[in-house]
Amino acid sequence: MAQARLVEKHPLDDIIRADRMPHIWCPGCGIGIAMRCYAHALLRSEVPAEKHVVVSGIGCSGRVAGYMNIDSYHTTHGRAIPFAVGLKLANPELEVLVFSGDGDLAAIGGNHLIHGARRNVDITVICANNFNYGMTGGQLGPTTPYMARTTTSPYGCPELPFNLVYLLAAAGANFVSRWTTLHVRQVIDDILYAFQKPGFSFIEVLSPCPIGFGKSNDFEQGIEEMKFYRERCQLGDGVPLEDLGIDLTGDRPIYVGRFVDRDAPPYTPVRLEGEQ
Amino acid sequence: MLPLECMLWSWPIGPAGERVLSMRVFARTPLDLEKMARPRGQVYLIPERCKGCNLCVELCPRNVLEPSPQTNSKGYHYPQIREGHEGDCVHCEFCTMVCPEFAIFTLEADG
Amino acid sequence: MTAAGVLTGQHFMNGDHACAEGAIAAGCLFFGGYPITPSTEIAERLARRLPEVGGVFIQMEDELGSIAAILGASAAGARAMTATSGPGFSLMMENLGLGIMMELPCLIVNVQRGSPSTGLPTLPGQSDIMQARWGTHGDVRAVAYAPWSPQEFFDLTVLGFNVADRYRVPVLLMADEVVGHMVERVTIPDPDSIPRWERKRPNGKSKAGFKPFLAGEDLIPPMVHAGEGYRVHFTGLTHDERGYPDMSAEAHDRLVRRLVNKIDLHAAEIIRTEGYHLDDARIVVLAFGSTARSARRAVREARAKGIPAGFLRLVSVWPFPVEELRQLAGTVDAFVMAEMNLGQLITEVERHVTQPVIGVQHAGGAMLPPEPILKAIEEAAGHGAG
Repeated sequence: MAQARLVEKHPLDDIIRADRMPHIWCPGCGIGIAMRCYAHALLRSEVPAEKHVVVSGIGCSGRVAGYMNIDSYHTTHGRAIPFAVGLKLANPELEVLVFSGDGDLAAIGGNHLIHGARRNVDITVICANNFNYGMTGGQLGPTTPYMARTTTSPYGCPELPFNLVYLLAAAGANFVSRWTTLHVRQVIDDILYAFQKPGFSFIEVLSPCPIGFGKSNDFEQGIEEMKFYRERCQLGDGVPLEDLGIDLTGDRPIYVGRFVDRDAPPYTPVRLEGEQ
Repeated sequence: MLPLECMLWSWPIGPAGERVLSMRVFARTPLDLEKMARPRGQVYLIPERCKGCNLCVELCPRNVLEPSPQTNSKGYHYPQIREGHEGDCVHCEFCTMVCPEFAIFTLEADG
Repeated sequence: MTAAGVLTGQHFMNGDHACAEGAIAAGCLFFGGYPITPSTEIAERLARRLPEVGGVFIQMEDELGSIAAILGASAAGARAMTATSGPGFSLMMENLGLGIMMELPCLIVNVQRGSPSTGLPTLPGQSDIMQARWGTHGDVRAVAYAPWSPQEFFDLTVLGFNVADRYRVPVLLMADEVVGHMVERVTIPDPDSIPRWERKRPNGKSKAGFKPFLAGEDLIPPMVHAGEGYRVHFTGLTHDERGYPDMSAEAHDRLVRRLVNKIDLHAAEIIRTEGYHLDDARIVVLAFGSTARSARRAVREARAKGIPAGFLRLVSVWPFPVEELRQLAGTVDAFVMAEMNLGQLITEVERHVTQPVIGVQHAGGAMLPPEPILKAIEEAAGHGAG
């Protein structure tokens, strides 16, 4: 190889809406990375692309639905999961994935998140967790780390964040894992695994948000937060679920890995014999 | 004594692109290294999509890339191959997977 | 198949149950709802019936989840409905707008009770009528029907699904607690004689480049469902004909006008009214739902007294039957609007006619009896008519 070759088309352009590239996310934002992991997994999935459906909520992560070249539904804030449940139950052949963010899923959408997990509906949820509400300019959210600075916590966030893995495990999800946008191969593998695993799968993907979160919290650029993940992330095998919380102050590791992988029966609507 | 080129390839590379010569004594170099085929990659770029985030530049395990002096129409410096590193890409596809913009990918180099 | 599930025959049935049977007869295969008095019987009946016909019943965690779930089911191709009352209706407002914006057909039943707030859970009201019209943010056109009997609750459920599918719009069924809980004869017809209007589907061969929000003269874009291979994007954001977000004032005006005009254009097919003694009426009473039963009685009694009263029953409350009203205004001296609220639909009458409009109003809690309506008719007769 001499120099890089300049081209206009990318191998994934068939599965993304290439006519809408470049997308709106900031330089260094991890949502694009998580989306491409989804795209990779989709192409390797045994289910044909026509049967894959993505549902998103509101926020930067919510824009993923608009960029994936599959049937996509960009719904209202917090309501992606029940919309996805309706889709899946009305047509069980669909491979339904909810792609959303920490605020959309765990704040306004929190009730639907825990009930979706409790019911163990056969959908996959990717939570791009960037510790804030990025689209609206960087406000605190349910996963904002303690004492982190955001526009609505200018003196440091006084709230403790959710430990989403623990929450989802308690709610009853069949599969829960956490990675970061640095762990691209693991994210792809987990999405593929979640596709074929019956029941509710939840994959938390920590993601840099340089403008909304990073800038106020010593991560000027996305690459700095990625390097931070590289230093602080550790596989959390054997760590009790309640100890998997994320704390950016101090030296606690950020635990990543597959944390819940069980086989509780997925939600099945009641069917009676006879009148079918 | 192995040919110089093989030694240059096989030494570990540090974060600043330097060869970590101090490990020479401890690293095991296969005797049939010259006969081993390794993947070679060709880097492809879509400059207009790049937003200059430098994730590919800084996370490439072979340190193949650097920001170029050129910019795209939005003013972002898209990457280029570092001089002297033209043959170093091993098609690990990490840049392909970590680029948020679908702006860079590698394919197996021809020849 | 639903044909086996239709309970053809004569029944003595509670209004809510008649609604549920109407849904089964219409081929509804998805119900997502939340218990709330006085609509709960609809959910309970469908919890029994939907599994019998191969449909899905799910009790969601709240009304927000309920309406989101039925929109998702509709996007997958199913006829889907929910049932609620005032407080739940309020919770559904945001996603009602999503359904209008994404043009997803569905049926939302509000068995109205005493409002506002928790109000009177077990007693009737009709005070959510303006909310049905304007409850969701933005410029929209509501489609809403109001049954006055269990039989009509059955019939309007079937009609509601048909209208929703044909015009790609959420349809509201604004019953009230009296109609929901009363027990009356309901005749359920043969499945073959139950009309079914299908969703408009694309007729082109090619799926590539299909524009899911491009409409022809009828302003109704053809509908595609998830999993059919069209790879379409549906968003609540203002979008262009491809479904892609378009954040321009020009696209917004174009889209919102089309959504509004879509209903206006077809208003004549959507509106349903029933007239009694209108030919020579000089005083016309308007009413809907359970109030209409009292209104009809009042008109009969007025006639018996020699007052030329007539009755225009609003079977659909939105779109409001402006044309019919204007026609009547040509020969009528006064109107009486009877409703179980403190004056909501009366504003629609007032703004379209110049004659005096007398309101017969009660905030809710008990069915409006015929007496005050008769009194209003007599008062109107004193305005120089009859």
